[in-house]
Amino acid sequence: MRPIIKASAIGKEYRIGVRSTSQGSLREALAGAVRAPLRWARRRGEGDSAGAFWALKDVGFEIQPGEAIGIIGRNGAGKSTLLKILSRITEPTEGRIELYGRIASLLEVGTGFHPELTGRENIFLNGAILGMKRAEIARKFDEIVAFAEIEKFIDTPVKRYSSGMYVRLAFAVAAHLEPEILIVDEVLAVGDVAFQKKCLGQMSSVAQQGRTVLLVSHNMAAIKWMCSRALLLHQGRLVEEGSPAQVVNSYLWAGRNNRAEASWDDLSDAPGNEVFRLRGVRVRNAAGDVTSELTAQESFSIEVDYQNFSPVVSLGATVVLYNEEGVCVFSSLSNRETQWHGRVFPAGVFRSTCRVPGHLLPEGRFSVTG
Amino acid sequence: MHLTPTERADASRPAAPAQLSDATEAITPQTNTNLSAKPLVVIEPRAAQFDINLRDLWSYHELFYFLTWRDVKVRYKQTLLGVLWAILQPLMMMLIFALFFGKLVGVPSDGIPYPLFAFAGLLPWTFFSTAVNTSGNSLVNNANLITKVYFPRLIVPIASIGAGLIDFAISFAVLGGLMVYYRVHLTWGILLLPLLVLLQATLALGVGVLTSALNIKYRDIRHALPFLIQVWFFASPIIYPASMMPERWRWRWLLGLNPMTGIIEGFRVALFGHKEFDWVLIATSAVTTLALLAYALVTFRRMEKGFADII
Ligand SMILES: Nc1ncnc2c1ncn2[C@@H]1O[C@H](COP(=O)(O)OP(=O)(O)O)[C@@H](O)[C@H]1O
Ligand SMILES: [Mg+2]
Repeated sequence: MRPIIKASAIGKEYRIGVRSTSQGSLREALAGAVRAPLRWARRRGEGDSAGAFWALKDVGFEIQPGEAIGIIGRNGAGKSTLLKILSRITEPTEGRIELYGRIASLLEVGTGFHPELTGRENIFLNGAILGMKRAEIARKFDEIVAFAEIEKFIDTPVKRYSSGMYVRLAFAVAAHLEPEILIVDEVLAVGDVAFQKKCLGQMSSVAQQGRTVLLVSHNMAAIKWMCSRALLLHQGRLVEEGSPAQVVNSYLWAGRNNRAEASWDDLSDAPGNEVFRLRGVRVRNAAGDVTSELTAQESFSIEVDYQNFSPVVSLGATVVLYNEEGVCVFSSLSNRETQWHGRVFPAGVFRSTCRVPGHLLPEGRFSVTG
Repeated sequence: MHLTPTERADASRPAAPAQLSDATEAITPQTNTNLSAKPLVVIEPRAAQFDINLRDLWSYHELFYFLTWRDVKVRYKQTLLGVLWAILQPLMMMLIFALFFGKLVGVPSDGIPYPLFAFAGLLPWTFFSTAVNTSGNSLVNNANLITKVYFPRLIVPIASIGAGLIDFAISFAVLGGLMVYYRVHLTWGILLLPLLVLLQATLALGVGVLTSALNIKYRDIRHALPFLIQVWFFASPIIYPASMMPERWRWRWLLGLNPMTGIIEGFRVALFGHKEFDWVLIATSAVTTLALLAYALVTFRRMEKGFADII
């Protein structure tokens, strides 16, 4: 069987130092990685501007027609860059790709939507931008409108749409593409859960019609459910390829630089100010062991130790959890804590503990700020 | 999460090849290329290209149509007067110029009523300045498209010119009205008009394509463009006739280096037939325009592959 995509040794070098790898690497979420408190340390590693770095290097693979491929990797691993090269938006610096089918890519929902135009007008415009012919759009028009569930608002400018309607319409157009190869970047993160589910269903039916799908997602469950094979990118290199279950697993457990604990023995350079300084932050599993690797089912706790120098203040601890995209998943304040909240803290060392129940979070990588 | 790994579909996924042929009904005929040994597309780093891939460009002509349509549509959305603005702009300018330069200053107008004279100059000029302005900014304004979908980038600045031409056609009707009002008799020269329109569109395209590409790298263009257009306005015979330059002057053809001179003068002769065409001037304008377009296309092609990375 001839592959439908054949990529050999592709590399992409970005020259300008404006955006560099070091940016974001701090925020890059690590399971249980622990960071400085009160977000004071949001040091923007704006990068050594003498910039030339390889966003992708030596990536090669073959994809057979009808496969559904999941691509996973941390932020900045080069997933979007790979998809952009495949969809001819940007050119590789080296390597060669052969495509044996018509490609359509969905790197963002609603590309080219114009807020002033109505839903109807945007369907045609967006369809044309995604590579559909006018006749094709006209033929699928009713289906698209029905899929998006916006019949009543079809002649309203989309600037008056709620963001949910906007996303539904945008995805509905894309869902009716019929290319031989469909490329989808993390667009499923938007919209409500019900609609996400509908989109996933639509996409897997695309895959079952024998079309080839390449999907980037942080939704590990979706990757495992939909894909027949997965690729793992790490710092621009293809580090693993195989069954989704296996690749997802090694992605989640690639815990080499995950820190489960951060502590500051020397108080003079610990984060904080004259009133208090942080002593340490750590993650414990249900059994009480300090670890950065947890299953989604088990409960765990986050501990924050801090030293209070002033005997007259009242302190509160806040823990913020970020997912891998740097989106805050939840924050927890100590204001529900009955014993100490609102009281004056005597000088000394305190420990606040935040307990997170099991089954609360999906599989993924998270980072904590205290 | 609503999806659990146990719901995995791969077990139930039938063998791919049989499925592919089942699905051909929905897939376009190009599917056949699957079977041939040659890839549909080869992606590899290329040296800068200087050829224009006309087939690729043509296969996206519907997108061109939609982008033009969008530009026209959006320009007058939520305006009271709508597309009337395309008429009002040159009309207002004409009235102001007629008052100041025609009545007060007494600028000569080759024996044509000054309002008519000015309007015939403002028409190509308004087209040119709006087209250059929108197309020069078009790529930057469509950055979201450039970084998210593939299509021949050249379509974007071209579509802006297309939108300008539609405005031009509308305001042309007003000129028709004025000509009836002033009882202008048409001459055979009018036959040259389509060619002059083509020339002005080509010129706007050349300038637009060049500036749009440079604009991606140097946003200075955005600020310099209005200024450039202003200077260009005064350098072109819009409020004054080119005949203010001595006709017998041996460097007169140099005026053609500003192609707008040849175009606007040609416009007036074609419409009013008040004198002979200045063929040398028109030819110089045409040559300059084509040279500029060629240079613009080469520059565009050279910079094109970096667009998505640096925009
Ligand atoms: N146009 C660009 N110029 C410079 N660097 C870029 C550009 N686009 C992406 N990068 C960098 O390339 C790396 C890979 O990015 P990307 O492919 O978007 O990662 P992912 O999608 O896996 O999160 C990142 O470090 C990013 O900052
Ligand atoms: Mg990405």
